[in-house]
Amino acid sequence: MALDSIDKTAKQLILTFQDYSIFAYRALVNLFRPPIYWTDFLVQSDIIGVGSLSIVVLSGLSTGGVLALQSASTLSAFGAAAVTGQFVSKTMIRELGPVLTGVMVSGRNASSMASELGSMVVTEQIDAMRALGVDPIRKLVTPRIFASIAMLFFLTIVSDACGIIGGGLVTVFMNHQNGPQYYSMAWEHLLFPEIVQGLVKPLFFGYILSSVGCFYGMRTTGGTQGVGRSTIQAVVTASVLIIFVDFIITRLLLNIFASWI
Amino acid sequence: MDLKSPAVHFVQEPAPKAANDPVLKFSGVTLSFDGPPVLQNITFSVSPRETRILLGPTGVGKSVLLKLANGLLRPDTGSIELFDQDVSRMPEELLFALRTRIGMVFQEGALFDSLIVRDNVAYQLIQEEIPDDEIDVRVREALRFVELEQTFDLFPASLSGGMRRRVAIARALIHKPDLLLYDSPTGGLDPVTSTTIIELIIKQRDFYHTPSLLVTHRLQDAFTLCTHRFDPGSGTMVPLPKGHTDPNTTFLMLSEGSLIFDGSLAQLLESQDPFVRDFLA
Repeated sequence: MALDSIDKTAKQLILTFQDYSIFAYRALVNLFRPPIYWTDFLVQSDIIGVGSLSIVVLSGLSTGGVLALQSASTLSAFGAAAVTGQFVSKTMIRELGPVLTGVMVSGRNASSMASELGSMVVTEQIDAMRALGVDPIRKLVTPRIFASIAMLFFLTIVSDACGIIGGGLVTVFMNHQNGPQYYSMAWEHLLFPEIVQGLVKPLFFGYILSSVGCFYGMRTTGGTQGVGRSTIQAVVTASVLIIFVDFIITRLLLNIFASWI
Repeated sequence: MDLKSPAVHFVQEPAPKAANDPVLKFSGVTLSFDGPPVLQNITFSVSPRETRILLGPTGVGKSVLLKLANGLLRPDTGSIELFDQDVSRMPEELLFALRTRIGMVFQEGALFDSLIVRDNVAYQLIQEEIPDDEIDVRVREALRFVELEQTFDLFPASLSGGMRRRVAIARALIHKPDLLLYDSPTGGLDPVTSTTIIELIIKQRDFYHTPSLLVTHRLQDAFTLCTHRFDPGSGTMVPLPKGHTDPNTTFLMLSEGSLIFDGSLAQLLESQDPFVRDFLA
């Protein structure tokens, strides 16, 4: 009985992964094949990019501030409080900026995509779209993926900048350290590969959060309860995948830029 | 009129010989979803100018059959020919083009709730990048056909259930389809609204002569379709002379996934099949 259950769950997992791979591939290929729905891309960019700006700014400021607070005491013990700026900027740009922005935007937008598309599925709007001769993946999914990738890239830059500003505010007003020193340390010790690393990650994270959100939305079954279930699955899967893929990309990029960093 | 009264003898007028092949042809179609077959060995066809009414109790697979007809679902075995092309194995990309020739009315209308009525009705035209002025004219014409021109700027949420079905009919008709599929167009509506919808379907049938496949479990609607015609003079449906039926409107009946009847109203009423007798009782 237990073996049957394990067998069934394993098959289900593999089937889900297979379905996701096909879905994500189709959506990705559509990015480069006309027709591309530019209006839908702009609308989604506004929803995902401009709509997420406030949470990204707030989380960036707080994270930078916390980093400065936590690091200052440890660094002071080694007489290295002056490198707080370097610590905050490197951590934000290489790691926390992309990952935090990915997770925050995923919480806001993967859930919204899953619930919106899920509602369309259960009310037969997706079938109606197919019956009208329009490909729902091309019309609904591709613009969301395209917009998520583009917007997450810029949101990550905003988050990095806010994190460095937040760290600076804490350093100057709470830790009573020298402001220009913080900013020169934050800027001068940044390396090109670190910036590349920080800007490559959001491209993957944007793809993950939107494809996972749309995937769970499009395979919703079971009415309104099913929409809720899809939303939860989308957010959990997207967040976990972002953190997991971050590990792989970091390892890969560290190898590539081994001699630089 | 008591349709089942033995005193009424229906005369099936000879149907004009079909000029072309069937527009839709099911041959030995079987489909299952992780269990026993939902549909088994379904074979029937829809000829040009023909209206076929698919009867059967709820949950018997009528809507599934309709989704198979335009390739929204794929059969496990058998073939489905739509406009002489086998859609059962056709890639989805090719199906999109073929579906633009079909108008489908979904059970609950399936209108896009984030778009106003104008954009819902014009959805296909907008995708084809037809100029806005032309779209407006064609949308108003389609809405006039369903007598809902005043809803042009409204969102679907502000329409009643019957109005949504009528807008869905307008959306299905705007592209002048070669085949119409109606999925329980009167399901869940009150009798007066149902009659309005059936009148629209008769008007479409007698006005454009588009072949159609209509799914319903309501005998009253099916019989009304068969025994009435649209009178352009009065703009309403009127009964055919007593005992006459529309020659191009015929019936199919599904039971437990199998097609158990295919024929005219007269043949339906004379059928000795116990399920048909029970269903008509």
